[in-house]
Amino acid sequence: MTDLVFSNVTVRFGHHTAVDDVSLTVPSGQVVGLVGESGSGKSTLAATAVRLVRPTEGRVHADGKVQMVFQDPYSSLDPRMSIGNTIAEAMPRGTDRKAEVARLLELVNLDPGRATALPARLSGGQRQRVALARALAGRPKVIIADEITSALDVSVQGAVLNLVRDLQRQFGLTMLFISHNLAVVRYVSDRVAVMKAGKIVEEGPAAQVLADPRHEYTRELLAAAPRRDTRLEAS
Amino acid sequence: MRRLAVLRSPVGAASAVLLVFLLALAIFAPLLWGDRAGAIDTDAIQQGPSAEHLLGTDQLGRDIFFRVLVATRLTIGLALLATLIGVVTGLILGSAPSVLPRWAARVVTSAVNIAVAFPGLLLALFFAVIFGTGTIGAVLAIAFAITPSFARLTQTLTASVSGRDFIKAARVCGVGRFRLLTRHVLPNIAEPLVINATLAAGSALTAFAGLSFLGIGVQAPSYDWGRLLGEGLSRIYISPAPALGPAIAVVLAGLAFNLFGEAAAARHRDQQPRGTAVRAPRSTGGTDESGLLTVRNLHVTFPGGITPVRGVSFTVHNGEMIGVVGESGSGKSLTALAVSRLVEHPGVVTADTLRFNGKPLDQTPDRELGTRLAMVFQDPMTSFNPTRRIGGQVAEVSEVHQGLGRKAALRKAIGRLEAVRIPEAERRAKQYPHEFSGGMRQRAMIAMGLMGEPQLVIADEPTTALDVTVQREVLKLLARIRQERGAAVLLISHDITVVAQTCDRVLVMYAGRIVEELPTTELFTAARHPYTTALLKAVPDLDTDRDAPLAVIPGRPPEPGEIGRGCPFAPRCPLADDQCRTEEPELEAFGDGHRVACWKSESELAGVR
Repeated sequence: MTDLVFSNVTVRFGHHTAVDDVSLTVPSGQVVGLVGESGSGKSTLAATAVRLVRPTEGRVHADGKVQMVFQDPYSSLDPRMSIGNTIAEAMPRGTDRKAEVARLLELVNLDPGRATALPARLSGGQRQRVALARALAGRPKVIIADEITSALDVSVQGAVLNLVRDLQRQFGLTMLFISHNLAVVRYVSDRVAVMKAGKIVEEGPAAQVLADPRHEYTRELLAAAPRRDTRLEAS
Repeated sequence: MRRLAVLRSPVGAASAVLLVFLLALAIFAPLLWGDRAGAIDTDAIQQGPSAEHLLGTDQLGRDIFFRVLVATRLTIGLALLATLIGVVTGLILGSAPSVLPRWAARVVTSAVNIAVAFPGLLLALFFAVIFGTGTIGAVLAIAFAITPSFARLTQTLTASVSGRDFIKAARVCGVGRFRLLTRHVLPNIAEPLVINATLAAGSALTAFAGLSFLGIGVQAPSYDWGRLLGEGLSRIYISPAPALGPAIAVVLAGLAFNLFGEAAAARHRDQQPRGTAVRAPRSTGGTDESGLLTVRNLHVTFPGGITPVRGVSFTVHNGEMIGVVGESGSGKSLTALAVSRLVEHPGVVTADTLRFNGKPLDQTPDRELGTRLAMVFQDPMTSFNPTRRIGGQVAEVSEVHQGLGRKAALRKAIGRLEAVRIPEAERRAKQYPHEFSGGMRQRAMIAMGLMGEPQLVIADEPTTALDVTVQREVLKLLARIRQERGAAVLLISHDITVVAQTCDRVLVMYAGRIVEELPTTELFTAARHPYTTALLKAVPDLDTDRDAPLAVIPGRPPEPGEIGRGCPFAPRCPLADDQCRTEEPELEAFGDGHRVACWKSESELAGVR
């Protein structure tokens, strides 16, 4: 079992409390979607899972490696390093790097022949695939995906979402999927957690939270999400 | 090849030639003329210039011209050695804080901060006294004088790179601190460091000459240019040549290093993004047509034949709300900028017709454009001056364009801030942009647009940087402005659902052209262009089937430079045939208010919808 468990995690930066006593479990092999607005603390919470930020109080626990995919594929790849080397860097020692890079590139639907290319030669969607391949290279059990489609063109976003879902199912990955876009979260997640001002205000099975939200704030978010069949009238 | 591009500028090329020449001298001169430079001739002591001795002779009768040539090796060698030691020490001190534990990092940083405060030459003299006179002392003195500024530079550059995501990503992957520094940080800051090292070499050379000249550098029997200069100076009034020779050498070599460094730095700066310049569109006459904004065959071209907007035509009527949808690179933002006369400098705007409010746009006075047309940008943080109060900035429009006094303008500004529902507008008008949240800033931006009597509000991704609940408020505000003031709104967005919720008509842009224009009511039922229908299917919403994979558009949008013949969507289109790949379809009307640029017939298109 490789649950990702946040137990009473609090993160303070000076006087500002970014994450306030959050307890959240991402069950093994499932996807928990974390929604909330900018500044709600969702990225800070994610950063504690990969030890980029140390919790002021509480602890984060996961059996097995945790990897992270970042929001902006234009800044998350070293512009001076070939994509093959970037992926290889995350591999455990003693791996046959060349073969493994080729396998991973194939896995994310990229031509293995492009391993020597620099990120500048790739489009945003392709870069995000490389970032996914890098995350998988460390053979993680848990993946944190922090707004991984919000920097992508809409026509490319769908392909990355499909890929994330396939890979998650194929490897039984435990995943914390962070996004401000409810429609995207709804599409990939088994469970949904809603965060506001550093606290989780609601958490439950995706279908239930979205169909029958209990917390006022969740209702507000749902009402604000753009829908095809509603028109927005002047306020 | 990019590294060699510096040679293409005249200064860069000239200084490079000079540098190569100096290096060749440094290598070969002692081999070729070492003997002649050392030959003592007691019969020709302290002579002036002659055919035999171009720069005369010194007190032992040695030929000064050859001594200057031979001294090139020692002079340049010592300068480079000092630079090397200085730069390496600086690099180590500068990058140490990112590897050391926090307390040690703080000690190093403070030490560097203190050292930076002293002028370099003062440090050099100080170290020269400590290390004692002589070559080694002078090398170390100059090296350590260079060190602090280099350490600081490295620190600053390292800090600017360290915050980027790829460093975080590498850390998450378990890459150690040292490897992080050598593999990720240093390669990304190498360019400015090399440029500064070149400049430092130039100053090291002159500083070294200075120390030798003062007698605390190179000691006899060795000699460098500084020493030769010192020896020649004593009889400069009798015979200037023995002093001028080494002086010219110092100047030339110093210039060569500095100019090469400057030329390289200039190239480096050229690659950074530039500021904004305003260019008015060209050729905007055209026929008279009804409509608030009439655009016919609009092109925006950049040098190198890149044309991101290729023949866009549309009309905005009074009080209409029109959405422009497209992905990055589709030309939607440039279209908006062209309409507001804000296309950046190398860009050229042309159009058969570009009329606003019945007048050609290039003949519309700034005052009229400033009050009748309002622009709202994506990032409200960068659209406000961070050092001025919000109220003053909003009021400025009326002061400049409507001739209102300062107080009256501010009163009006507060009224407008209230109109966009900023609570406690009077108090908040005195605040600075950073005290406003993103949504509030965007409201203030819209309030600024309302200071005039805008007939057209152009909003370029006004809600992309905002949260969904705030996004809804801003969109509602735009709808209200339109309702209450009868202003037309041109809403540019990558999000087709946002546009569908708020606009009357939608323009779908792809690769610099409008590929479909249709009433919003028909968007989900009667869209024809394969790109529009694919886009609608590819974007998940709250009703998407969770068990089926999302519809995918294969490939990616073309870059502006990649557009060839044929329909630019053809490589991604399931219906594309030979005609699509060779001929670009025109945007043609086929129904009421519906235009499509596609070769396919209704029945063929129905198959993919």
